[in-house]
Amino acid sequence: MTATLAPPTDVRPKKKRRGAGGEGGAGRASWPVKISVLLICFLWIVPALGVIVTSFRTVDDSNSSGWWEVFLHPFKYIPQLTTANYTDAIHQAGIGTALINSLAIALPATFIPILIAAFAAYAFTFMRFPGRDTLFILIVSMLVIPNYVAFVPILQLYSQLHLAGTFPAAWLAHIGFGMSLAIFILRNYMSTLPKEVIESAKIDGASHFTTFWRLILPMSTPALAAFAIFQFLWTWNDLLVALVFIGPGENQPVTIAVNNLLGQQGTGWELVTAGGILSMIIPVIVFLSMQRFFVRGLTAGSVKG
Amino acid sequence: MLFKGFSAILTVLAGIGVALVLYWILNKIVEFLPGKWEDRIKPYAYIAPAFLAITLYLIYPAIRTVFLSFKNDDSTKFVGTKNYTDLLKSHDFQQTLYNTLLWILIVPAATIVLGLAVGILADHLRPGSEKASKTIIFLPMAISAVGAATVWRFVYAYSPPGQPQIGLLNAIWTAFGRQPIPWLATSTLHFNSILLMVMMLWMQIGFSMVLLSAAIKGVPTETLEAARIDGANERQIFGRVILPQIKGTIVTVFVTVTIGVMKIFDIVYVMTNGNFNTNVIGVDFFNQLFTNINNGAAASIVVMLTVAVIPIMIYQVRHFRAEEAAR
Repeated sequence: MTATLAPPTDVRPKKKRRGAGGEGGAGRASWPVKISVLLICFLWIVPALGVIVTSFRTVDDSNSSGWWEVFLHPFKYIPQLTTANYTDAIHQAGIGTALINSLAIALPATFIPILIAAFAAYAFTFMRFPGRDTLFILIVSMLVIPNYVAFVPILQLYSQLHLAGTFPAAWLAHIGFGMSLAIFILRNYMSTLPKEVIESAKIDGASHFTTFWRLILPMSTPALAAFAIFQFLWTWNDLLVALVFIGPGENQPVTIAVNNLLGQQGTGWELVTAGGILSMIIPVIVFLSMQRFFVRGLTAGSVKG
Repeated sequence: MLFKGFSAILTVLAGIGVALVLYWILNKIVEFLPGKWEDRIKPYAYIAPAFLAITLYLIYPAIRTVFLSFKNDDSTKFVGTKNYTDLLKSHDFQQTLYNTLLWILIVPAATIVLGLAVGILADHLRPGSEKASKTIIFLPMAISAVGAATVWRFVYAYSPPGQPQIGLLNAIWTAFGRQPIPWLATSTLHFNSILLMVMMLWMQIGFSMVLLSAAIKGVPTETLEAARIDGANERQIFGRVILPQIKGTIVTVFVTVTIGVMKIFDIVYVMTNGNFNTNVIGVDFFNQLFTNINNGAAASIVVMLTVAVIPIMIYQVRHFRAEEAAR
């Protein structure tokens, strides 16, 4: 059994060759190309730079001059930069609590559906049963159904059960909304795993449960990670589901908290920008550290198509 | 505060633990069945929890929403098709539909073209710079629309003439000696909607760039060399060799972005809340539900949206079937 256990670390062929890039290929970019890429990156960074800079400026400075003045008159403005906005945002504007709430919503909403979906994906990939293809087609068609369909009925249901405004209200909703994508991604990945692994496990007398837990789940790590990142970013960044099922209040996630700051007349730029930056730190870290899995998840799903 | 964080981690562990125990018990129960029945029932035991979630959160609500769309604002009596006719007759809703249509026409196509262009340009760079530039362009995908709104509010900010302009766009505009413009309130030729689409593109182009550029790199070199030997120039190679081979990915990105745009909510909600003639279906639905407290109207908007999505659904299913057959 050991011989077949080597996990296929990457099922997609490694594509080091890069002939399709165009005339020169890698590294031999002409100056116009280099300059245009630089310009595009500049266009992408500049808006974000404004928020970062302003989050460190005093209220008076942000209201009386553009953030770029910091770069034009560094001697005047740089000494006035402060981190007070961040402490104010965390303590007075409630961003601190909201960040914890976001974690409290996103973590369970990310990890609980994975196991449920993995079991279903296993059954769809490695078991034969009547109705399998029809049920999977149902999953595929559910992928595109807007989750808006759920809001009115589920909200009515939640108010009967007194669930509205609580964390479980959001967890359950995210589990339901993410399920079809999770099954789809995991099943697509599992069907690329070598069938011999399953066969030999069966011959060795392993039950489905053991095969799933010991073999298939560890081998599916890339797909599990890809979905986990998707779902985490989705639930962390979500505004709509949170607004509908949790709403503003003590359990509000950071998206609602920052949106409230944006909407309040008279809230200065300093809190909005600091709050905005605080809301972005965790997803950006997750994204950058797991980018490899994320991209692989994206491409594995689509490049084949 | 600490308690909430702790309870979140506890919930994750408990949730996974409970799920695992549940499956283990299900598995054990099924194993007690006589041999033949075990194999028959087990697959259903494995998929049952997943289908319970999907049924409860999508299938049942979808059916119920259709019912609710024929009922009045607090779902107490049937009103027939009144919700639909009222909406479709109202000028505001027609504008909302028109705006959503603009998003659907502009954003997916622009995402493909710009993503392709940026990807091809970046692929010419040395691997280090290629990775760095792609990361920069991809990064906005990680943040929320609310976060992006804090970014773009700054670009579009407006102060009355005479006051210092702290918005980037107005600072540049007034530097040319012009009067500042309240960009997001300028609906001439739907200019403000287009500014919101720019924001969406800023967030989305990285996604299309990464997928398309991966697809281009996957084009077999032999086909390119064959075309070169036959004397094709670079433009012909791109149009006749590369494009046809990445068509599948283009369609995938196009479909994904189209679905996203059809139900676009947060960018518009956060930036304008649909005011200044920027309203779209997603925001209108939300405001019908929470501002007007009209379940009937909200439900009928969702039904219309879902009907509009069905062609894409049919396409997805067909595409999936074809792919399965090719496996």
